[in-house]
Amino acid sequence: MIHLRDVARVYSAGETAVHALAGVSLDIDRGEFVAIMGQSGSGKSTLMNIIGLLDRPTAGEYRLGERDVSRLPEDARARLRGRGFGFVFQSYNLLPRMTALEQVELPLIYQGAPDRRRRAAEALVRVGLADRIRHVPTELSGGEQQRVALARSLVVNPLVLLADEPTGALDTATGEELMRLLTALVDEQGLTVVLVTHEAEVATHARRTVRMRDGRIIEDTGARAGARAGGTAS
Amino acid sequence: MSLADAFRITLRAIFANRLRSALTSLGLVIGVSSVIVLIAVGQGTQQGVTDRIHGLGTDLIFIESSRAATTSQAGGIAGLAETTLFQGDAEAIEAAGIPGVVAVAAQVSVEAHAVAGSENVGVEAVATSSRYADVRDLEVASGTFITPRDDEGRGLVAVIGSRVAETLYPEVEPVGQEVRLSFVGGRLILPFTVIGVLEEQGGANEVNDQVFVSLEGMAQRLRFLFTPTGDVRVTRIDVQTASGIDEDRVKEDISNVLLYRREAIEPDFTIQSQDDLLKAATEVSTTLSILLGSIAGISLLVGGIGVMNIMLVSVTERTREIGIRRAVGATAADIVKQFVMEALTLSLFGGIAGIAIGVGLSVAVDGRELGGQQLTMLIQPWSVVAAFFVAAGVGLASGSYPAYRATTIDPIAALRME
Ligand SMILES: Nc1ncnc2c1ncn2[C@@H]1O[C@H](COP(=O)(O)OP(=O)(O)OP(=O)(O)O)[C@@H](O)[C@H]1O
Ligand SMILES: [Mg+2]
Repeated sequence: MIHLRDVARVYSAGETAVHALAGVSLDIDRGEFVAIMGQSGSGKSTLMNIIGLLDRPTAGEYRLGERDVSRLPEDARARLRGRGFGFVFQSYNLLPRMTALEQVELPLIYQGAPDRRRRAAEALVRVGLADRIRHVPTELSGGEQQRVALARSLVVNPLVLLADEPTGALDTATGEELMRLLTALVDEQGLTVVLVTHEAEVATHARRTVRMRDGRIIEDTGARAGARAGGTAS
Repeated sequence: MSLADAFRITLRAIFANRLRSALTSLGLVIGVSSVIVLIAVGQGTQQGVTDRIHGLGTDLIFIESSRAATTSQAGGIAGLAETTLFQGDAEAIEAAGIPGVVAVAAQVSVEAHAVAGSENVGVEAVATSSRYADVRDLEVASGTFITPRDDEGRGLVAVIGSRVAETLYPEVEPVGQEVRLSFVGGRLILPFTVIGVLEEQGGANEVNDQVFVSLEGMAQRLRFLFTPTGDVRVTRIDVQTASGIDEDRVKEDISNVLLYRREAIEPDFTIQSQDDLLKAATEVSTTLSILLGSIAGISLLVGGIGVMNIMLVSVTERTREIGIRRAVGATAADIVKQFVMEALTLSLFGGIAGIAIGVGLSVAVDGRELGGQQLTMLIQPWSVVAAFFVAAGVGLASGSYPAYRATTIDPIAALRME
């Protein structure tokens, strides 16, 4: 479903150019659960942002399904981002003073989707927060806030859920709980998840691990021969 | 995103920061209300002046000396020696038989204090002839106006306006009573016999506060009013013309009569019709309105800058929020919509409150005295409509740039912010 070919992302900071991604090729199929690991600065977040259409590659090709999305205009990217991807960040990124229900409704507002209340409530039920619907972030624990963020990304039924160190700010037990929730969503509902993590413990939940260094993939436990040769299986 | 959703987001943001929103709107409240109040003052003043000019009567032409000061300016008698206008001029105009001229009356008007018993009141004393009643269409409620016999005699007779009569003689019939007029701060006091009381005049009519005395009688007491040739100096000559005549033609005929009398080419007098006065007054008050309007406009501008300033701060503060909204699918247009609508709503709140306050204030002070002047407020519907649209325009203008700035925020950087 996701096909990256020789994707590069270069930041020019003054005279020097930073190669955050230096030619990444990666294919991810529907229903996969991929963990991306690597040292700090190896380009993990940059890769996630490009996959999630928050950022665009400076070189290379990105196809989503059959569609080339590497040179999509900004507005089209925004719409596709809203419908196709769900983000979960280390720092939750919830809006202040809004109830859980309103947070989860937000992506649906920008889609102009009908039946928003009900769908948002259902998403909160899926993450086990049925009794926290009216709570604002300051009234929720870190784990609960992260589950609100998860519900917000699930409510649009995304093609891919992108989680950038989702357990980074949580204690081990709460992190473990979140991972079990994610695993259940992959197993029971066929969700596709790409997860960035530093912790090997967390990565064990994934079926496939991609290791990065200096903007390149150095190891991929699920790599298929076709990927590097330019295959188009999705 | 639908407009209703955008408006819901706007209201949330505004109510989340109630005090700041109120203070932001305050600039526009002040701007809009002052536009409405100042335009109402300007237009009200114009209306007042216009009413006074109409109150003089209809189809009048006024001749004044271009040298002597009028009563209100000189405040006394001293300036009268300077005047270049005479009782003889009035008689000459009448005698010339100019077509369209109905009646002519010369006058000397000075400020005075009228005293009767223990009562006293400030008045304008008008020394004139019996013709004045015809010129100004004056009717007496009791007694008579100055008679042709008074025009010749030395008698000190007075005809008083209705309000003067009420103040001086609350109990008794004024006709036959004595009224003393005190000029130049009491240095000259003359006793007059009241021979008539004028009917009350409606509207902004000065006649109610005037006292009419015979010009000849006055001149006999104030000898300096006489010229060496026995003519009497006056400050003004009023000419009543037939309606529907060519005013410019009459003015020219009068001018010729006066120039012939003077054996002069250059006039030392001015001739103005009521229309001329109206035009001049309208010009003055239009200038006044524009001036007041621009002052108010500046406060609107300042209000708009205030809105823009707060919107810029707000965009910076909400960088992270903008990043989150972009991540869940907000387009640049959605972000613009949000911030422009917020600025617009703040401005319209301010505009509507400003309209309410401006109209309320105008109504409240209408008719009250300010520094001895009665305030007439005339609220112009167009000024209310214009203020509303200007407020909307200010909102759009001051929201556009901050909204544009919001779209240039990099969502990745915004999301990483702590
Ligand atoms: N806006 C930017 N301008 C310049 N350089 C950048 C920018 N964003 C990222 N980089 C650089 O790109 C490289 C990759 O950054 P990235 O955030 O993808 O790393 P990461 O693998 O997610 O690291 P971490 O584990 O610490 O989150 C880093 O060297 C970083 O300094
Ligand atoms: Mg990172």
